[in-house]
Amino acid sequence: MLETDTKLLANLLPPLPKDLQTHVVSVEEFRGEITATVRKEGLRSLITFLKEDPHCRFDVMMDLFAMDYQNYNQETPERFALVYYLVSLLQNRRLRLKVFLSEENPRVDSIHDLYKAANWFEREAWDLFGIQFEGHPNLVRILCHSEFEGHPLRKDYPSDKYQRLKTTAPSEGL
Amino acid sequence: MHTTLTPPESSKYMRLNLGPSHPATHGTLRIFVALEGEVIRDMKLEIGYLHRCFEKMAETHTWNQVIPFTDRLNYVSAMMNNVGYVMAVEKLLGIEVTKRCQRIRVILSELSRIIDHLVCIGANAVDLGALTCFWYFFRERENVYDLFEALCGARLTTSVTRVGGMYKDLPEGWVEWCRRVVNNLPRTLDDVDTLLTANRIWIDRTKGVGPISKENALEYGFTGPCLRATGIPYDIRKAMPYYDYDKFSWNVVTESEGDTYARYLVRMGEMRESLKIIQQALDDIPGGPVNVDDWSICLPPKDQVYNSIEGLMAHFKLIMHGIRPPSGEVYACTEAANGELGFHVTSDNQGRPYRVRVRPPCFAIYQAFPEMCIGQTVSDAVATLGSLNIVAGELDR
Repeated sequence: MLETDTKLLANLLPPLPKDLQTHVVSVEEFRGEITATVRKEGLRSLITFLKEDPHCRFDVMMDLFAMDYQNYNQETPERFALVYYLVSLLQNRRLRLKVFLSEENPRVDSIHDLYKAANWFEREAWDLFGIQFEGHPNLVRILCHSEFEGHPLRKDYPSDKYQRLKTTAPSEGL
Repeated sequence: MHTTLTPPESSKYMRLNLGPSHPATHGTLRIFVALEGEVIRDMKLEIGYLHRCFEKMAETHTWNQVIPFTDRLNYVSAMMNNVGYVMAVEKLLGIEVTKRCQRIRVILSELSRIIDHLVCIGANAVDLGALTCFWYFFRERENVYDLFEALCGARLTTSVTRVGGMYKDLPEGWVEWCRRVVNNLPRTLDDVDTLLTANRIWIDRTKGVGPISKENALEYGFTGPCLRATGIPYDIRKAMPYYDYDKFSWNVVTESEGDTYARYLVRMGEMRESLKIIQQALDDIPGGPVNVDDWSICLPPKDQVYNSIEGLMAHFKLIMHGIRPPSGEVYACTEAANGELGFHVTSDNQGRPYRVRVRPPCFAIYQAFPEMCIGQTVSDAVATLGSLNIVAGELDR
């Protein structure tokens, strides 16, 4: 972490323990929102700390979704990213965590046991982007049909592609 | 059927399928339950029947063309989705809309919140056999829809906002008309209050039904009336005020029980608070233009388009290439009728969004539905579902 990054984060959080600091790659501010990019190895321990530390108390996981930067006009470390939106209602603070995942191995630890909300959000990220969540109890499609092939929100999935269902509906032939 | 209902530990349970097309599910929701007698012992949900990949579609249209898609998210209060989306794009552009535009958006949002709550309570009561309230409420809803129609020509899918402003300014006489509609509403609310709030049957059917604790509500990411019914006074209009919400005098309504009855009371209270906001806003609508004075964002006036080369060029550029926000990503959230409606928009400096992500409040809330229902009866589940106000358009996107 650079010194400017530490300063930005200090506006939002009490100082992180030394071992967790190493997991934070960088901190950015854009339009008043703070985004911390973190290493995927340290994601779970960092979120656990943010949730449970009495000075942080990020008690709500507001959102979790994936990004595909394949055609993005700016350089990103990896193709995929997951964005976690944590909110502390008590202190009225918001923090965005971003973790980059490689194209070959888009895999990260599940946090469904830290926030119950994460269960469906992780299933959605799997369904639409093909991100794998280690330890998720039921990582199946949630929005698309079970026979759907591919992950529709990836940039290399054509937006005008059609897929035909293999199973015949009972009404076919009428 | 790809959602597997894990077989309960013994075959003494009866399996029942509700939906996806069922009068009590309010949309295309499919629910599997395992019953012991009439008591729910296990429940699995299947969603996605109304999935149309809003987020993918948004990537193939210009920034302004996405607005009609947002109508179809929570179609009961379409205007709030319009406002939420353009707010995110405006934040990305780094512009602030005019005071007049902000005030109009507040009025329309609060009217939308009222009709959303009217539908929620009305339909919830119908599910439990109380038809009268539904008619009382729908009469008022029609009046509000007439107002919307006068403003933009559409009643349900309004597409009323534009990036940097509104589709149209308020027509003549609209403010007085709106005042008449708003002044009529308290009487209807009182009527339904009298019919339901102290009604023995209503209380028996809703009190203690589908409860959720404070801690669990936070775990599941509840927002909006469902969260406030558990006693947490979190409202984005107070916590992160936008559009001068902090300048109006109004209160956050909370209840502590977290059950269906508490959610009903919160919604009833919120409508009265929204009326307060609308009345204060109507009294003080600033003059001046509605749209920002920037031809790279808002269309130039027609006489400029027809009579000047600059106007014509700006019009052409905006229609053909669209707005081009700077590269970056922002998240903007508004307090919609169901809770925090967030739009996370990403731009790569092109005329089309690189990615639009919507955070629908229903998605988080519906996930908790099994936990709220297990141990209760099927009829309780119907009461609970109605009070959560799940809108499939927003749930499945």
